[in-house]
Amino acid sequence: MSYTRRSKDELAARVAQDIPEGATVNLGIGQPTLVANHIPSSREVLLHSENGILGMGPAPAKGQEDYDLINAGKQPVTLLPGGAFFHHADSFAMMRGGHLDICVLGAFQVSATGDLANWHTGEPDAIPAVGGAMDLAIGAKQTWVMMDLLTKQGQSKLVQACSYPLTGIGCVKRVYTDLATLACTPQGLVVIDTVPGLTLEELSRLIGLPLKAA
Amino acid sequence: MINKFVSSVSEALADTRDGATVMIGGFGTAGIPDELIAGLLAQGARDLTLVNNNAGNAEQGLAALLKAGRVRKIICSFPRQTDSYVFDGLYRSGQVELELVPQGNLAERIRAAGAGIGGFFTPTGYGTELAKHADGSLKETREIDGRMYVYEMPIHADLALIKAECGDRWGNLTYRKAARNFGPIMAMAARKTVATVHEQVALGELDPETVVTPGIFVQAVVKIDRVATQAGGIKA
Repeated sequence: MSYTRRSKDELAARVAQDIPEGATVNLGIGQPTLVANHIPSSREVLLHSENGILGMGPAPAKGQEDYDLINAGKQPVTLLPGGAFFHHADSFAMMRGGHLDICVLGAFQVSATGDLANWHTGEPDAIPAVGGAMDLAIGAKQTWVMMDLLTKQGQSKLVQACSYPLTGIGCVKRVYTDLATLACTPQGLVVIDTVPGLTLEELSRLIGLPLKAA
Repeated sequence: MINKFVSSVSEALADTRDGATVMIGGFGTAGIPDELIAGLLAQGARDLTLVNNNAGNAEQGLAALLKAGRVRKIICSFPRQTDSYVFDGLYRSGQVELELVPQGNLAERIRAAGAGIGGFFTPTGYGTELAKHADGSLKETREIDGRMYVYEMPIHADLALIKAECGDRWGNLTYRKAARNFGPIMAMAARKTVATVHEQVALGELDPETVVTPGIFVQAVVKIDRVATQAGGIKA
């Protein structure tokens, strides 16, 4: 049977579908930023940015950029009415203190039990940089990962054990990919959904790990 | 009369010594005290340890200090940028030491120093490469209520350079939008804090309910005209 991968926007929409009304959410740099575009306007969701913003709004109109008002990716943003500014220690207290409902991050690898590797390839010449990834990964009530299931070489990024340096242990609850949505549990991977036409057997073959149906 | 306003950046930074630990505020384009960094370069202190979120961009600011060989060590969370080539080169050739710290641990270690806390146990980084000392040995860990934590030490500084928006002669400060970032906590953690402001106001003009950094944490304030600020305010 044939199946089609979710596009980047379809994947972002799939993540947005699971963000409930009233949630406080941090969207990581890169692909997770797209999720904001797919949250229905009828749903009130508060976006947090690590550099001290709660109630972050969309990008400003061209010419309206204010470089004192930027997101974690250093891009100009806006503030919604009711939004607030605060310093870095308060911003990270919001993560570490368990006040954020959801964070959505990218990943190099995620293990079946929810270990996350997303900050460093560990190659000898690589310049390591971690930013807020470790604080977010262990701090939010739920950490979700958004990524392509397979590398360009066709290897699964969902693995038995991460080979890249870890960002956090057992912190990922859910992984949204271009082919399927899965939950990481202490007992291993549970399949929440797959793209139409992709069977559980085929998904299990691609990942190379046993899967449970939800 | 207490008056923390000084007439120039060079006067504010004149007593900076070789080997000093210097915290520098800023995140992205917001809150970088460009004039104070330029002043530190002109002042000439060397063998510095810098504490910042990043490790410099292109060849300005922090990168200029690095390029001039004035920095021994940098403590930061995110050195790698598309234009961090000055740091990248020095790091790869072993000419600058890096202490990489998760951003929240960096903020809390700075806050702890300012609050007189002798360190703290944090879940961030547990079980990772960043829960190790520079020599590779494991940092102290402890299980608290069934969760694992890593012990992190405060980061004290000799000098903090921060960019605020508005200040009075007692050193009370407010900030502008996300330019606040590390400013308030760095001001607390340094023996001497120098702040730039775009607006100088008389005592009583700042609403006491909205003062963000009380003047006790600030030793010198320099007024910088908004037009002269590269990163400050609204960029045309």
